[in-house]
Amino acid sequence: MSEQINKLKLAEKLAGRGKVSRRQFVQLAMAAGFTAATGELMFTKAARAEPKKGGTFKLGVGHGATTDSLDPATYPDQFTGTMGWGATGNSLTEMNAKGDVEPDLAESYEPSDDAKTWVFKLRKGVTFHNGKNVTAEDVVTSYRHHMGPDSKSAAKSILAAITDLKADGDNVIFTLNAGNADFPFLASDYHTPIMPTVDGKSDWQSGIKTGPFKLEKFEPGVGAKMVRNENFYKDVWFDAFEMVSIPDVAARTAALTSGEVHYIDRCDLKTLDLVKMSPGIQITEVTGYGHYVIPMNVTVAPFNDVNVRLALKYAIDRKAIVDKVFYGHGTPGNDNPIAPTIQFAIDPQPRHDYDPDKARSYLKKAGLDSLKVDLSTADAAFAGAVDAAILYKDSAAAAGIDLNVIREPDDGYWDNVWMKKPWCMSYWNGRPTADWMFSTAYADDAAWNDAFWKHPKFNELLKAARSETDQKKRAEMYAEMQQIQADDGGNVVIMFNNYVSANSDKVAHGDLSANWDIDGMKIASRWWFA
Amino acid sequence: MNAVLKIVLQRLGLGLITLFVVSLIIFVAILMLPGGFAEAILGQAATPETVAAFNKEIGLDQPAYIRYFNWIAGVLQGDFGTSYASRVGYRREVAEMLAPRAFNTLFLAGMTAIIAVPLSVGLGLLAALYRNTLFDRAINMVSLVSISFPEFFIAYIAIVLLASPAVFNILPSLAKVDEDAGLWERIYRCSLPAITMTLVIVAHMMRMTRAAIINVLASPYVEMARLKGAKPWQIIVRHALPNAWAPIVTVVALNLAYLIVGVVVVEFVFTYPGMGKQMVDAVTARDVPVVQACALVFAATYIILNLIADVLGIVTNPRLMHPK
Repeated sequence: MSEQINKLKLAEKLAGRGKVSRRQFVQLAMAAGFTAATGELMFTKAARAEPKKGGTFKLGVGHGATTDSLDPATYPDQFTGTMGWGATGNSLTEMNAKGDVEPDLAESYEPSDDAKTWVFKLRKGVTFHNGKNVTAEDVVTSYRHHMGPDSKSAAKSILAAITDLKADGDNVIFTLNAGNADFPFLASDYHTPIMPTVDGKSDWQSGIKTGPFKLEKFEPGVGAKMVRNENFYKDVWFDAFEMVSIPDVAARTAALTSGEVHYIDRCDLKTLDLVKMSPGIQITEVTGYGHYVIPMNVTVAPFNDVNVRLALKYAIDRKAIVDKVFYGHGTPGNDNPIAPTIQFAIDPQPRHDYDPDKARSYLKKAGLDSLKVDLSTADAAFAGAVDAAILYKDSAAAAGIDLNVIREPDDGYWDNVWMKKPWCMSYWNGRPTADWMFSTAYADDAAWNDAFWKHPKFNELLKAARSETDQKKRAEMYAEMQQIQADDGGNVVIMFNNYVSANSDKVAHGDLSANWDIDGMKIASRWWFA
Repeated sequence: MNAVLKIVLQRLGLGLITLFVVSLIIFVAILMLPGGFAEAILGQAATPETVAAFNKEIGLDQPAYIRYFNWIAGVLQGDFGTSYASRVGYRREVAEMLAPRAFNTLFLAGMTAIIAVPLSVGLGLLAALYRNTLFDRAINMVSLVSISFPEFFIAYIAIVLLASPAVFNILPSLAKVDEDAGLWERIYRCSLPAITMTLVIVAHMMRMTRAAIINVLASPYVEMARLKGAKPWQIIVRHALPNAWAPIVTVVALNLAYLIVGVVVVEFVFTYPGMGKQMVDAVTARDVPVVQACALVFAATYIILNLIADVLGIVTNPRLMHPK
């Protein structure tokens, strides 16, 4: 046995240098008396052990358009996010793979006055790509870039709670209109990289920021090239980082299998098994915070009756949708928009699993024998939304509910259908905290409260929990809110979708972040060549 | 020669009117699309305030006709305006955005034309020479098969055969070219799209060449040539071809125009940064100035290539060149 252990130890070292394959390693581990699962874990640990510097990492992304710009206020998606924030910029804080928030450009942060005032202390000696020191004033202007009446920023609504911010030596002091214990999470948003100040305004045009890579070239809709920032405050492994926008999924897959790129996001789920068989290709799959929902306007009939809402929630066969439309790459929802990995998440009981009899009984409670409702859908909501709606129609029919599926045009879906039609398919990227998600789409004053759901007790709890600093009390409050939302709210949460990506086995990585796709959009600084 | 000059001027005049009408139609068509630039860019994250701020900055708060007149006044002075993607301190001139893309499109079209035009005219001549033989049938069949498949299908087949580890991994599946890429690098990167497009357009030109030649071969003067003992290939190249140029040139011109304006699918499959992809992006984002400029370039391409075809048709036909 000890011989096997010795062999395994050697293999562990070799795995660290990428000289032993996962399969060989697991076989050795099993011979030494470990289970296959333990062997897998040991391999993963060993293979990640020794990141090393070098190489040009090439990334193929499904997003990217000629209208993209370097302005962080309007970063629309993973292309600009990964380039302009993950690779070339930093926010005050960042999310780690465990789903916790960590200091990034800030070295530490402290709340005071019931989390109404937050003091962020800047990391010392951090410089911009042009060599200038990062000052507290730069942070203030970078935040002001998103605030004020003329702002076009996607981060405007999340920063609306800031009533005052000022620089004080190495500190930045945020004053909020009400306490928010989760404010450090908001400071990790990808729209808020810190930019240098030129003439009193944030200079985003030059692309100079603080991140692990310096922008060399950016062609909107085509790609970008970056080189390592040698002065970055942390280790960065790749020498250079290139991004290519490849909107066509077949072209993206071909680019990976033929070795043109090392990583692609948003794999084609239908052909995933074929890609898996290609030599030297690995698939990574992360259940993120993103979820597919069907918000109903609870202010109009028949959705204004909570029994109708419950009937519809029990009439959807989520598992069938996950299995048939998404080939199992997701987790069926339970009408709770807070992903299971998020702090304070609960699984509301009783679970809303598919139960036509229960659905029928709730219909009866609403005084109805049958129900006919329109459901608007389009693949613009999320890829697969039309198929999901048709499966829903089938499962609802068994409960005496006639879903009239209306296929809307993809073009202008978010303008003309979402929040306009009483019931439609929608998508949320998800937020890293319960408070952030709820105040984005469930609070009575939220701009995107797409179910128009206004529950007094829920909103009371939301405000109270936000400023509560006692973790135990917060957990209780968030549990109650999630239960209320699931029982009473107007959102059918279909499922949490997985981020399915593929990469060449020439690159290695640690645990993957779930807050955004592409390893939390921070792949450039977190991966390395094995 | 005067007749030709007159036709050129006349056509150019009509072309200008066509361009004006095209720009008007495109402008109105985009107005009728749901949503505007701000909504398209902000997507789900749009709120009324951010949309209003956006519209104000890019001037979309002005009435549509004023925007159109401003635009057309600019174009008449050679200024295609700025993209809506511009921001304060970050001007994106439409002309500057379009120039590298137009160059890429022209490069790919030119490269394809250099392969496809001689190939199809040559094959057409051979098919006419050996008409109704096995050779004729074979190349007809192959080219008809290749034109019958949608171009993306041919493109994917080409990738599987030539750019994946499955068969041969010798050509790049990504045709992404840099502005500073050298000529050979460009040609190498563009090889798969060029092959794909060649397969798509060869059939049309080849069959037209063959038909035009065979048509002429029925004329009495060809019979005369045959009687005097000219060899079959001499008859075709020296006697039949000069009288068959007009229809061939027309078809070649149409196909060249297609190479410039109709290759958006091929651009997508090979991720080639050409004008087609730019126009699709711009339409999706309702970036009107860019859409308008692309439409003008595409329309002008058609007008000019058709004009060239007509002029060549006249120049190669003495009866039209010297009318009584």
